[in-house]
Amino acid sequence: MAILEVSDLKQYFYLEPTFLARLVGGKKPRVIKAVDGMSFSMEPGEILGLAGESGCGKSTCCLAIAKLREPTGGIIRYKESDIAEMSKKEIRNYRSEVQLIFQDPYESLNPRYTAFDLVAEPLRALTDKSKAEIKERVNETITLAGLTPDEYKNRYPHQMSGGERQRVGIAQALVLEPKLVIADEPLSMLDVSIRAGILDLIRDLSEQMNFSCIYVSHDLSILSNISERLMIMYLGRIMELGVTKEVITDPHHPYARALIAAVPIPDPAYKRPIPNIRGEVAQPIDPPPGCRFQTRCLQVMDVCRDTEPPLKDVKPGHAVACHLY
Amino acid sequence: MKLESIKDFFVTQYGIITSNRFGIFGAAIILFFGVVALLAPWIAPHELWDSLRDSNGKLAMLRPPSLEFPLGTTAMGRDILSQMIFATRTTFLIGLVSGLISIVIGANIGLFSAFYGGKVDEILMRFTDIVYGMPFLPFLIVLISLFGRNIWFVIIAICCIVWRTSARVVRSQALAIRQRQFILAAKSRGCSNLRIIYGHIMPNILPLLLLYTSFNIAWSVLAEAGASFLGFSDPDNLTWGGMLYNLWISGKIRTAWWWFAWPSICIILMVSALVFISRAYEEVANPRLKQR
Amino acid sequence: MILEIENLKTHYQTEKGVVKANDGISLSIDENEVVGLAGESGCGKSTLIRTLIRLVPKSAHVTADKMEFKGQDILSMPDKDFREKILWQGIGLVPQSAMNALNPVYRVGDQCSEAIQAHTDYNKAECERIVEKLFDAVGLQAGMMKAYPHEFSGGMRQRSMIAMSLVLNPALVIMDEPTTGLDVLVQERILRNIKEIRKMSESSVSILLITHDISVIAEMSNRIGIMYAGRLMEFAESMELFNDPYHPYTLGLKNAFPSIQALDRELISIPGSPPSLLGDLPGCLFSYRCPFVIPECEKARPPDLEIKPGHFVHCIRTDHVEEFRKLAGDKKTWQSSKSAT
Repeated sequence: MAILEVSDLKQYFYLEPTFLARLVGGKKPRVIKAVDGMSFSMEPGEILGLAGESGCGKSTCCLAIAKLREPTGGIIRYKESDIAEMSKKEIRNYRSEVQLIFQDPYESLNPRYTAFDLVAEPLRALTDKSKAEIKERVNETITLAGLTPDEYKNRYPHQMSGGERQRVGIAQALVLEPKLVIADEPLSMLDVSIRAGILDLIRDLSEQMNFSCIYVSHDLSILSNISERLMIMYLGRIMELGVTKEVITDPHHPYARALIAAVPIPDPAYKRPIPNIRGEVAQPIDPPPGCRFQTRCLQVMDVCRDTEPPLKDVKPGHAVACHLY
Repeated sequence: MKLESIKDFFVTQYGIITSNRFGIFGAAIILFFGVVALLAPWIAPHELWDSLRDSNGKLAMLRPPSLEFPLGTTAMGRDILSQMIFATRTTFLIGLVSGLISIVIGANIGLFSAFYGGKVDEILMRFTDIVYGMPFLPFLIVLISLFGRNIWFVIIAICCIVWRTSARVVRSQALAIRQRQFILAAKSRGCSNLRIIYGHIMPNILPLLLLYTSFNIAWSVLAEAGASFLGFSDPDNLTWGGMLYNLWISGKIRTAWWWFAWPSICIILMVSALVFISRAYEEVANPRLKQR
Repeated sequence: MILEIENLKTHYQTEKGVVKANDGISLSIDENEVVGLAGESGCGKSTLIRTLIRLVPKSAHVTADKMEFKGQDILSMPDKDFREKILWQGIGLVPQSAMNALNPVYRVGDQCSEAIQAHTDYNKAECERIVEKLFDAVGLQAGMMKAYPHEFSGGMRQRSMIAMSLVLNPALVIMDEPTTGLDVLVQERILRNIKEIRKMSESSVSILLITHDISVIAEMSNRIGIMYAGRLMEFAESMELFNDPYHPYTLGLKNAFPSIQALDRELISIPGSPPSLLGDLPGCLFSYRCPFVIPECEKARPPDLEIKPGHFVHCIRTDHVEEFRKLAGDKKTWQSSKSAT
């Protein structure tokens, strides 16, 4: 049974025109289609990578899945139940099973709480464990995150380094033993030399505690290292989805091809090829009909301008949304 | 809250107040008045309303400060020192109670307005705007005229007005905190709305709250003094403002400088002290103000 | 020689003591070359930039054996001369998060021309022509000059900032994290633009590129310096550094970077974090994170050895480098350092 099934997820933001604009020109409300029809599913225990540039909708999609924002359309099913139709009790349960790891270790921790209180907070908010039980569980989780409880429990965020704060954030997410963890670019604000440690931590704990993980990042080098399957998004839609190794070595979608070719390699002898793409990153405001990528694709055809290509398999387990296939 | 954390809280506040020259001065004055207020019945040499006679047996009316009557006497022969001591107690109490109640009202309105936004914010802030428009003294006059001269009506009237500034300020700070990512994180970890408001947002605006508590007490004292001076106070519970009222209606304001001086000085000192304490908090709330 | 620095030290006097943000940096930048400085947070790169363009606070104490720009001593130059002659015309700066440095209420083209007008005698029309040419060089259409910053995307703003730094044809441009926070495709475009500008300039421009992104440094630089805790750990020509690294920190950084071409290589972390730069720290500042540390490392500061011509290493154990290179590829080696336990 798939642990998560997202069908045709849509998140639109409406920009109300100003009073003057309405008076003068009768402007229609503009729409930002941040997520426009995402569909995918996840199996228990897998690490699914979500790649894309800024503005492609990956963070928005995470907020919708974590039930921190109401989607405009589509259905999100967690363990076969629709999360939009949950009672208050079921929502509490959902929160204890679906957790987030945030990108910014400096902003995602309340500066007035000690590390102990931060990790204990989810337990205090969602369970009625006793003081002793909480203490035990918190110490356990802090150790799992790679920190010694006695040393850190009375420290405030400003007394910890970026890596340590991120570990506390991870402990916060894992203290409730969730089944699905959404990691939103957890490494991008950390120093390079400590990223590997945090990445390994997430990978090892995912195996140890058997949780599924949606790993969101714009860095394909990291995603190639940690994720089993990979989704590439552009302007709110999935362009390609498949087993990571396959998508990286044999990308089909023109956007995926350009993106992967553009990934820099830490080697001075390597000459990065000029990507086969034109134009600037488009804004998801009032998008034209048809394929989202039409304005930048070098292989655009007429059909691309009127109909949106569906996401369909080109090989078993490897799907592409492109009229070329 | 755990017991250790309450103790820690007071220790931290003590640290904040005393780190600043003004804060120390302010705290010392408040402490002094507080002690006087507490021990009033025991340290006052005479009763509040006793007309006294001097060593010669004459009614001691309008005597300037002397050894026998250190702060002088009133037109009715009452010892001003004793009056001051009892009035300190009443003024202190009114100020403290009004100040605390008004900050509780203001802070809650500000927090809820900021957190919920939308219609709730609109309604609460429009209500605050209306209260901003209400003039304090006429409101107090109407209230007293309707219900009578009682210390509790004074307190209620003060509370009804003084909360408005703190509501606005708390709201804007709370709005800023609300945008920060750790609030979203708290929601994702399962915290209920109330838990987020009181457990996550409020601790982050604590310096501001304490600053405005101090301010509110100061405004309450000032407001009370003004109202009492105009005669709108409880005749049985004497305050510094009340003493000035008594002076005024006795017609001796030109001659009895002592009767005028002590209450006025105390009002100034008290309000200044409270503002100085706010200044110490302001430096915490806005570290750039710290003197290098 | 455009820039020559020898033993540059910037120490800040604070309440708690002296913070040695830069403690003995020596490097040189030739004409028409790109020198990259790689370093993580706390390594002192911001301080170095601020020292070079004189933005350090009064409490900073700057000393150097030599600090020359095009042969002129800029260490003891009076502020006024520095501002008028060197800054902007000689040394340009693209600051970190430059895309946020544009004033939102003025058109982008106007902001660029203003910079030119402030330093030269050109009239408005001439300035606009210069800006137009530069915009074209960075791939921005001339029409975008009339636009406001919020109408630009992040990448476009960054490119306009790069154009702005070049308006007065400086000999040296300092770029602080020019592509951080930008996506891969945008980053590629910007770096390509920078390469093109360098080729087309009438007078050549040298670049001091400062970033923590090793791939960017590898792609752009002729010579690379690795900074750590206010000092240069290694400095060499870029191919030389990547093929023949000597310093343990360089070895660690190489293995910490994931590569899309090496999907199966294990990523390695360097345990611990950079030291606080307060006070007097004896010995090598990398010693307590280094898996190859010996007691001598902690006693005295290692010298800057010139291992090969043009290749400098700040380490006393360079004779064991073959062994270290093999061991550095193994995760267990790094777990054995002091900060791992």
